[in-house]
Amino acid sequence: MSEYQTVEHDVLVIGAGGAGLRAAIEAASRGVKVGVVTKSLLGKAHTVMAEGGVAAAMGNVDDRDSWRVHFADTMRGGQYVNNWRMAELHAKEAPERVRELEKWGALFDRTKDGRILQRNFGGHRYPRLAHVGDRTGLEMIRTLQDHGIHEGMDVHMEYTVVTLLRDGERIAGALAYDRERGRFRVFRAKAVVLATGGIGRAYSITSNSWEYTGDGHALAYLAGAALQDMEFVQFHPTGMIWPPSVRGILVTEGVRGEGGVLRNRDGKRFMFDNVPDNYKPQTADNEEEGWRYTQGDKDARRPPELLTRDHVARMIVREVKEGRGSPHGGVYLDISWIKEKMPNAAEHIRKKLPSMYHQFMQLANIDITKEPMEIGPTTHYVMGGVRVNGDTQMSTVPGLFACGECAAGLHGANRLGGNSLSDLLVFGQRAGQHAAEFARANGDAKLDDAEIDAGAQLALAPFERSGGEGPYQVQESLQETMQSLVGIVRSEQEMQQALTELESLKQRAAKVSVPGNREYNPGWHTALDLRHLLIISEAIARCALDRKESRGGHFRDDYPDKDPAFATFNNVVRRGDDGAMSVTHEPIPPLPAELAAIIEEMKS
Amino acid sequence: MTAPTHADPHKAVDAYTAAQQAQDAAAGHGARSFRIWRGADGEGEFRDYTTEAIDGMVVLDAVHQIQSEQANDLAVRWNCKAGKCGSCSAEINGKPKLMCMTRLDELPKEEPVTIEPMRAFPHVRDLVTDVSWNFRVKPKITRFTPRPPDAPDGTWRIDQGDVDRVQEFRKCIECFLCQDVCHVLRDHHLHDEFIGPRFLVYAAALEMHPLDTADRTAQLKDAHGIGYCNITKCCTTVCPEHITITDNAIIPLKERVVDEFFDPLKALVRLVRGKKKD
Repeated sequence: MSEYQTVEHDVLVIGAGGAGLRAAIEAASRGVKVGVVTKSLLGKAHTVMAEGGVAAAMGNVDDRDSWRVHFADTMRGGQYVNNWRMAELHAKEAPERVRELEKWGALFDRTKDGRILQRNFGGHRYPRLAHVGDRTGLEMIRTLQDHGIHEGMDVHMEYTVVTLLRDGERIAGALAYDRERGRFRVFRAKAVVLATGGIGRAYSITSNSWEYTGDGHALAYLAGAALQDMEFVQFHPTGMIWPPSVRGILVTEGVRGEGGVLRNRDGKRFMFDNVPDNYKPQTADNEEEGWRYTQGDKDARRPPELLTRDHVARMIVREVKEGRGSPHGGVYLDISWIKEKMPNAAEHIRKKLPSMYHQFMQLANIDITKEPMEIGPTTHYVMGGVRVNGDTQMSTVPGLFACGECAAGLHGANRLGGNSLSDLLVFGQRAGQHAAEFARANGDAKLDDAEIDAGAQLALAPFERSGGEGPYQVQESLQETMQSLVGIVRSEQEMQQALTELESLKQRAAKVSVPGNREYNPGWHTALDLRHLLIISEAIARCALDRKESRGGHFRDDYPDKDPAFATFNNVVRRGDDGAMSVTHEPIPPLPAELAAIIEEMKS
Repeated sequence: MTAPTHADPHKAVDAYTAAQQAQDAAAGHGARSFRIWRGADGEGEFRDYTTEAIDGMVVLDAVHQIQSEQANDLAVRWNCKAGKCGSCSAEINGKPKLMCMTRLDELPKEEPVTIEPMRAFPHVRDLVTDVSWNFRVKPKITRFTPRPPDAPDGTWRIDQGDVDRVQEFRKCIECFLCQDVCHVLRDHHLHDEFIGPRFLVYAAALEMHPLDTADRTAQLKDAHGIGYCNITKCCTTVCPEHITITDNAIIPLKERVVDEFFDPLKALVRLVRGKKKD
């Protein structure tokens, strides 16, 4: 028997953002005993930051929309390395998942006839994003939270998982510690769902909070699961850049959806200059048409500001590099100009973009109804993640599931805005369902005391050492390395250098020591985060080195073009028996004829 | 502690990163002093720290900088750093605020900035309090209970005006600053009898939800102690989301309670017809 308190669940969900809560609700509704472990308090996860909306082809605003168009948009946005099965299921099931939220109390903005209103967003052909002003994520997480607390799940707040536990090949639970007292607790479970979100804290400029240290990715990897396509990191084109303390905070794409435009130092709308060929048929070629599109004119094509995020981010970087940037090294995002087009523009902006108005007023002394915002790219999302079965969300480890941002597949090389909130609903539900079914079909897993003790010892090591470097300094160096060497624009030489630096960072991390005791000690937590950050940083760098082309979120200076040979496989990362990381190519299964026909049909 | 050994020869490689770093150099610097509460389980003391402040810095930035450079184990709860998650609540110069939305340049420069944990909740460590009571209160409020769908496809038709009416309450980020400042909780510790402004707002959001059919009036009066609120409006003053808690949420709920239980005519009807559902 382990010396630690043991809690038993059928399904253990790690993470309480949208994906984790949706998975927990689903599993609980199927009558199994569910526990949720979360690093923060309930309702604080990064889902609250999602602003623009949730993508679902309900066709409430434009009845030409359908799951087929949504599927094709998602595949085009992901540059065809998506898990097509996930893209299909996602497009088909998202509308039902959104309507279900309304049944649970969510209140979306409405059309004139009282149905759920949908807005335009980058890469979506028709108005598709159900939304609540610019705080859709808060509405969603609160709805899931307020529904979930009545569904019979145990929520363990401010617990951090230090290692997953296994029984032979299958999953057996997790070892975690509670932040408040620093005590270990064993969570035994028949199935585990990872819903831990992203990896933004591997970079110095990010929209992500301290929590996004790739925990699910790293825990799965260490437990023997495969990761996939880790080179695909999304740099959101519009983060705040001034003042320095707010750098990286997200500025919603909804600003551009409502008519906001990007201009360089000379006042020029530079996005018109370089529209990729595969988007030309759908993109406005003049400012007037672009404006009409944002105002709901069905005959107009979208303005180039609403091209996919990877492209917009690169164009901004190019303006800055070529000396046409704003004073603080970004470009201008202007919504105030719409006063030329409508009366009461200021009021309209405040109503449509209340959080943005508030955020800029309070943090930057900028009134966005009167003047442009200065913005630049910020690390936002990882398309790569735990490799899962598209139908069940189970990883390559039996009983270990992953959903939401920490799972790979749906978004391919680049995620469309709005597809994240729908992702977490659709695949949260699926992961919850299949985890519950797995738990019912399989008996109790056995715990291995040696594995538990080893996990606890490793976690306590930073206290055993003294006089070492502080964890924050190592974390900062790691972030600078990834930002500078494996960022928006990449090259062979820089990424080799990054791998060398990551090796030396591993050495530094192994010597880190933390002062104080185990009770609510953020230094200790940061020291533990380093292990996960180093693993996912190495995975990103190795996959990015391997992909000798440019595609979606991955751009190589030395291979600036897309190479069709790279469209046929996914990069798969595994941990070898010797502990070394390997990257292999796994072919993407051929598209069924029906789906291939949809993609072909939607190309025009 | 060893100094960071990371060499930066590659910095110039990425012009975007370089431009971002140039900003830091351009930003105005200056030393600021802070008095931060340190200790555990209610025991503790103020400790003084000095750190460099740059343009636009918020209190949470300063706390992080102190944590990174001088006090690795300084406990602070935070998440989004954008005023959207409501994690970093504290008392800054004696006023309940979010650390991430309080700029240093709004605070007097001459004196140290004092930062203390919220007082209405049990202290854990440094700036962190145990707010779990709030999470135990919420499930006691009757959950959302929608009317049957309006359309055969299982959906509802709702007017935007009816959505707008409750959006104010649904903006709440659950920072619990309103609970912290409420004298019923802060001074009189009536946590067992009164749910506090946050959950009165929550109840108002449910009661005024265009689809909801439940009646929470009786529980508001009895179990939730709405009568304890004597409308001092302190909660409204501290709300970082500018929700007009007292006027728009609590007073209308109080009116419902009065209408239902203290209206002589209705009392008579109730006597004759028997008790309404609650």
